[in-house]
Amino acid sequence: MTHGTKGADRVFSVEGLARVEGEGSLHVHVSDGIVTDVALTIFEPPRFFEAMLVGRSYLEAPDITSRICGICPVAYQLSACGAIEDACGIAPDERIEALRRLLYCGEWIQSHALHIYLLHAPDFFGCTDAVELAERDRVAVARGLSLKKVGNHIMEVIGGRAIHPVNVKVGGFYRAPTRAELRALIDPLEQARDDALTTVKWVSSFDFPDVTGDYNFVALLGGDRYPIERGRVGSSGGFDVTLGEYDALVVEDHVARSTALQARINGKPYLTGPLARYALNAGRLPEIARDAARTAGLGSPCANPFKSIVVRAVELVFACDEALRLIAEYEPPEPPAMKLTPRESVGYGATEAPRGLLLHRYALDANGTIVSARIVPPTSQNQLTIEEDLRRVVEEGLQLSDADLTHRCEQAVRNHDPCISCAAHFLDLSVERM
Amino acid sequence: MSVATQDVKRAAARPTIAVWKFASCDGCQLSLLDCEDELLAISEAVTIASFTEMSSAVIEGPYDLSLVEGSVTTELDAARIQEIRANSAVLVTIGACATAGGIQGLRNFAADGSYVSTVYAHPEYISSLSTSTPIAAHVKVDFELHGCPIDRNQLVEVLTAYLAGRAPVIPDHTVCEECKARATVCLLVAKGTACLGPVTHAGCGALCPSVDRGCFGCFGPSEAANTASLAGQLLLGGSSETDLVRLFRTFNAGAPAFSKEASIHDARD
Repeated sequence: MTHGTKGADRVFSVEGLARVEGEGSLHVHVSDGIVTDVALTIFEPPRFFEAMLVGRSYLEAPDITSRICGICPVAYQLSACGAIEDACGIAPDERIEALRRLLYCGEWIQSHALHIYLLHAPDFFGCTDAVELAERDRVAVARGLSLKKVGNHIMEVIGGRAIHPVNVKVGGFYRAPTRAELRALIDPLEQARDDALTTVKWVSSFDFPDVTGDYNFVALLGGDRYPIERGRVGSSGGFDVTLGEYDALVVEDHVARSTALQARINGKPYLTGPLARYALNAGRLPEIARDAARTAGLGSPCANPFKSIVVRAVELVFACDEALRLIAEYEPPEPPAMKLTPRESVGYGATEAPRGLLLHRYALDANGTIVSARIVPPTSQNQLTIEEDLRRVVEEGLQLSDADLTHRCEQAVRNHDPCISCAAHFLDLSVERM
Repeated sequence: MSVATQDVKRAAARPTIAVWKFASCDGCQLSLLDCEDELLAISEAVTIASFTEMSSAVIEGPYDLSLVEGSVTTELDAARIQEIRANSAVLVTIGACATAGGIQGLRNFAADGSYVSTVYAHPEYISSLSTSTPIAAHVKVDFELHGCPIDRNQLVEVLTAYLAGRAPVIPDHTVCEECKARATVCLLVAKGTACLGPVTHAGCGALCPSVDRGCFGCFGPSEAANTASLAGQLLLGGSSETDLVRLFRTFNAGAPAFSKEASIHDARD
């Protein structure tokens, strides 16, 4: 962090915002106590996935797109599978869908545990990282690592490995795990569910700045259950649309400062992710997760972005509980994958990545060669709302010292667990006061 | 000597490690955080001096060991890797992006400029090289750890070996041999499944064949990979030239053995 004075202007900056996935930059300009400019700048060296996919086989989309993000590869694989299957005109059978949901629970558990314990919690203790936090509270950090390990373990048992699983294919799985293989996950998951309940208590005791956002929440709508791997798209503004209609609603702009496209709906920013899922689906949580939320004093909707860590912890309880339910009810799909025949068509797939809604759209030719692809990652969708949060945090925090306000700005970005690898490469932060 | 002074001395004697990201998915550096059982022990044995994904504390270089993830795709990054090399006693590249250019290396085979205009409305805002190149194309690399992603046990071995002052013990045989070691029935022979196991570097433990899937080459070509022989076999088994181009041209498309084999079939396609 550097502070400096240039004439009458106060300028200070932090380079390299840490504990986010990937890197970008952030700039806030304050003149006479008024925030005049806020910019989240994303410098991810573009990797051109949508172009790389053109000319590839429809069967390759899950493995290629999983390489967009090492933290949420299952989100990419399953959004891709959903879109390709939609293009081929088939819906997955129930057993395949249940196994996908279980795999996805593993990803939610590892990603949420990573974000809560290693990336986000250190902020609330004034620590630079989880290693420093462990010097104060080793039990807590060990609990987080243990939770994360259980999530990774689910992904390893079903997917073959935790980062870029190999067992997912268009139509289902290469091999269905046996009941015995899944039963071995029950004991660790029961421990994890207890640890998740402890996590809710732990994070709800943190000291939160009193900030309320004015959000347009967008998330998948679950049917009977909390949404993960499928659903229509709904919003707090009241729309309830198919994936194809959603694809048409989302307009992305390319601005000079960012290699991530910025998404708007009807000209306005919106927010996806835990706060949005919880706002639109809290009633679909199982009793144990709703109880935990109630005990933690979490209302619904929760519009304090700093409390997203509590919502994430409640989702951690849900994901552990849901994984246990799915294992108890597990019937190995037979065969493990459905047969598909490609045709000239367009298909849509959307799932809830740990950090928000992820939409894929593919156009195929009659041979199953990908003709065009559109991928709308959560962080592109949240980018403008993160900027709005930042503006609010600075406006309401002008009485703070430069150091404290800068720290709060960093937190305001981390609140939304941006996966800037999906969208960014270099995040540094600077605030100027004039 | 007071306990506090001893602590400071011990900290000073610990090797410093830095982790760097170039064009990549973050998955290989995440492998370090995925060492749930070892992470706190590692952090006691070394000083993690710069690792943006994990910590907001940054200690200035030089560093004893740098782990580099990702490929070089911009002018800025081409300059940045030179600085990192100059600041690192030992530099180890981790993963297919850093060792072979990664999946984004597919641009190396595309018409210049066609990718950027497919994705972005304003190509003029984008500053990107037309190639994605491995770190070793830019600076001297002391050790390369392969995989998309790397195997976290191999990463722990590299760190352990470094701390012990010995060479890492990383097998350089093929996925095919890993299959034999775990007694997985050969998919290529028994079912005619297209499989890169005979020409792919070991390291994953033959994960794909164990789930009834042919190897798709995440760990890149093995030493002296006979890709021509395998390709001939796959053509006999019913694969098309297009299938072979796609098979060899994924995450390790830029690795010389795979790149050459893919180009042969691309020309015939």
